[in-house]
Amino acid sequence: MNRLIVSPSPHDENPTTTTTVMLNVIIALMPALIVGCVYFGLRALLLTVVCVASCVLFEYLSRKLMKRENTIGDLSAVVTGIILAMNLPSTLPLWMAVIGSFVAIVIVKQLFGGIGQNFANPAITARIVLMVSFPAAMTKWVEPFTHESLDAVSSATPLVLEQLRGTTDEPFMPSYLDLFLGKTGGCLGETCALALLIGGLYLAARRIINLAAPLSFIGSLFVLTWVSGGDPVYQILAGGVFLGAFFMATDYATTPISTKGKVVFGLGCGIITFVIRHFGSFPEGVSFSILLMNVLTPYIEQLTRTKVLGAKEAEKNG
Amino acid sequence: MKKLNVIKLKHRKNTENSATVSLPLPAEVTIPMSMHMGAPCTPLVKVGDIVKVGQKIGESDAAFSVPVHSSVSGTVKAVGEYRSVMGAVSKTIVIEPDGRQEVSEEVKPPIITDKESFIRAVRESGSCGLGGAGFPTHIKMSTKSEIDTLVVNGAECEPYITADYREMIERPDDVIGGINMVKDMLGIKHTKLAIEANKPEAIRNFTELAANDDTIDIVTLPSAYPQGAEKVIIYNSTGRIVNEGTLPADVGVIVMNVSTVAFLYRYSKDGMPLVTRRLTVDGDAVGEPKNVLAPIGTHFRDVMEFCKVDIEAVKKVIAGGPMMGMSIPDIDMPVVKTSNALLAFKSYEARKATSCIRCGRCVKVCPLGLMPAEIDKAYRIKDIEDLKRLKVNLCMNCGSCTYACPANRNLAETNQLAKALLPRK
Repeated sequence: MNRLIVSPSPHDENPTTTTTVMLNVIIALMPALIVGCVYFGLRALLLTVVCVASCVLFEYLSRKLMKRENTIGDLSAVVTGIILAMNLPSTLPLWMAVIGSFVAIVIVKQLFGGIGQNFANPAITARIVLMVSFPAAMTKWVEPFTHESLDAVSSATPLVLEQLRGTTDEPFMPSYLDLFLGKTGGCLGETCALALLIGGLYLAARRIINLAAPLSFIGSLFVLTWVSGGDPVYQILAGGVFLGAFFMATDYATTPISTKGKVVFGLGCGIITFVIRHFGSFPEGVSFSILLMNVLTPYIEQLTRTKVLGAKEAEKNG
Repeated sequence: MKKLNVIKLKHRKNTENSATVSLPLPAEVTIPMSMHMGAPCTPLVKVGDIVKVGQKIGESDAAFSVPVHSSVSGTVKAVGEYRSVMGAVSKTIVIEPDGRQEVSEEVKPPIITDKESFIRAVRESGSCGLGGAGFPTHIKMSTKSEIDTLVVNGAECEPYITADYREMIERPDDVIGGINMVKDMLGIKHTKLAIEANKPEAIRNFTELAANDDTIDIVTLPSAYPQGAEKVIIYNSTGRIVNEGTLPADVGVIVMNVSTVAFLYRYSKDGMPLVTRRLTVDGDAVGEPKNVLAPIGTHFRDVMEFCKVDIEAVKKVIAGGPMMGMSIPDIDMPVVKTSNALLAFKSYEARKATSCIRCGRCVKVCPLGLMPAEIDKAYRIKDIEDLKRLKVNLCMNCGSCTYACPANRNLAETNQLAKALLPRK
C-alpha cells in the first residue's frame, strides 16, 4: 500500500483556480478588444500584442531576478497587458507601451510582492504615468475607421468635445448611440460601452466580479451629473467609465473585499470622476479616481468588515 | 431574516439507497477509552479477562465523560495506547471475539421515571453526539437553562455520507420515539426535525408520521453546506442566534443528532449501550460503496476489505466527510462512536497553495460572516489584537473558505492555528 496522504480538512476542492478566474477575465475583455481592433485597425491589435508580451516577459524576468516562483501561468500578467492596451490610444509608439508594461508589472505589481499584493491597479497606474510623461502621444486620438488612410483623421474624445460644448466653437457632438457603440475617438478599448457591458455582465454571471462597485460608480456619476445640470447619459457613456467600472474598479487586489466596501469604493470613484470632469482642467477623471480609491482601500476595508454571526461587540480598547 | 452564506457541493450520496448491512464479526476489535469529547475512561478490564457484549469496560469519575462498553464477547488480549484522529492519547482495549456474541448480564432496560434518572441512563448508555463531534449527550441535557425547543439534526450536509439518512429511512419509529422520550423527560415543548431538501423521502415520511403531532415540526433546510453545523441549524430552524461565549441552551435550544435520538430510544427499550456504529463507506477506491453496521473497535481495514476497497491503490482515507473529516495515517485505526463515514480515495492530488488574490470568495462563503483572507493576513504577521477583532475564535472549521479559495490556501487550517495564538480565557 502507498503511504497515506494526511492533510487538514477539507479534502474536497472546487475547480476554480486563480488561472481559471484570469481566463474568464480574458474572455470578458474580448468583445471590447475585438471592437477596438475593428474600429482602430491592426495597429490596435499590434499594440495589444506588444503590451501582453512585454507584461508577461517583465513578470517572468522580475520573478526570476527575485528568485521567486514563476507565476506567468496564472495569466494575471496577460490580463494586465490587455487592460493596459485598452487604456492606450491606438497610435501610441510601441516603445512607450513597453514602458507602460514595465511600470505596471515591475514597479506596481512585482516590487510589492506580485499578484494580490499590489495596492494600486497596475494598468491604471501605467496609464497615468504614460499620460503625465507623454501627454501629446497619449492624447493623439483618431476617428474610428480612418486608420487605413495615410493620414488618419485626428479626433477629439467625447469628453474634450463636451468641454467645448456651449462655447463659440461648439463642435458636432456624437449621439448617445455612437457613444454606446464606441464610434468615437478614445483609447482603443474604452470607447464601446456595449462591448464592455457584455464583458462585465459575463463576469458577474460567472460570479467572478460583484456588480456593487460598477453600479455605485456609474450610478453616483450619473446622479451627480444630473443634479449639477449636466448630461448624465453622455457622462457615463463617454470616456473610460465602463472600462474602469467593470474591469478596474472590480480588481481583486486593489479594491475592498466586502460588498459594503465595494459600494463605498464605487461611490468614491463616481464622486472623484465627477469632481475632476466638472471642476478640473482634465477632461477625464476615471483613472485618477480609481487610483485614489485604491490608496484608500485599506482604510475602507478596516471600516467595512463583515458582521460576524453572534459576535460580541469588540472591546473598545481592543 | 438574514440568509447565512452557504456553498453548493456535489452531494455524491451514492449510498442513499444502500440498506445497512452488518459487518461480519472481525478477528479483533480495538476499543479506545476516548471516543467522546471530555475525559478519557480508565479501563475496567485487564488482559485475559472474558468480556461480553454490552459490558462496561471503561469508566471515568469525571462528569464530562461517558463510559465505554464492549462490542463483542471474547477475551481481552491487550491494553495499549491509542492516538485518536484528533490527536488525543488514551488507553485502548484489544479484544479477540469468541464468535458467540453473548450479551452481558449488565444489559437490561434502564428504569427511567424522571429527568434525573433519564440523564443518568443516557450517561450509562455511552451516548455521545453521533453526528461527529462526540459531545456527551447527558451533559447537553443537564442544563439548568429553560429549554423550549429540541432541534433534531437530520441535515447530514457533508457529501457522500448517508448514515443518518439510512437511520431515518430504516428506523423512523425509533427517531419519533426518541424525540418523544427526550421531550417528555426534559419537559421540552417543541421539536424541530430539520432535514436537508436533498432527502425528500425522509421529509415525506416524517411529515406523515408527525402529521397528528403539532409539537413536531419537520423543517426543510436548503440543500447547501453547512446546514448541519450547530449554530447554522439553530438559526435556520428557529431563527435564534447563539451568541459568542454562550451555549444553545442559553437561547432555549438543545440540538441532537437524529441517530443519537434514535439510539436513545432503542437503549430505553433493550438496554444495549452504544456498541455498534453505522458508517457510510464510499470514495473512488471503494469497489462496493455501502452503509455498514460495524461493532465499535472494528479496524478500518476490515471495513475496507468488506467493501472491496482496492487497498493497494488507496492514497487517502478520511474518517468522516470530505469537508470536516480527518484524513487518517493508518487504516488499522478503529471505528469509533463518532465514525459516520469512511472514505477511501485513490485519485487525490494535493494542490499547491499560491498567493491570495483577495477575490473575497472566502468571505462570501463563510456561514458565520468571518473574513478568512483578513485572518490569514493577520495570522502571518501574528497580529493577535486584529485576530480578536476578526473573531477567529468563532470559526467552526467547516472548511468552506478553503474549499472556495482559488489560490488553494488552507484558510480553515490557518483559522485553527490562529485560534491557538489567542490568549486562553
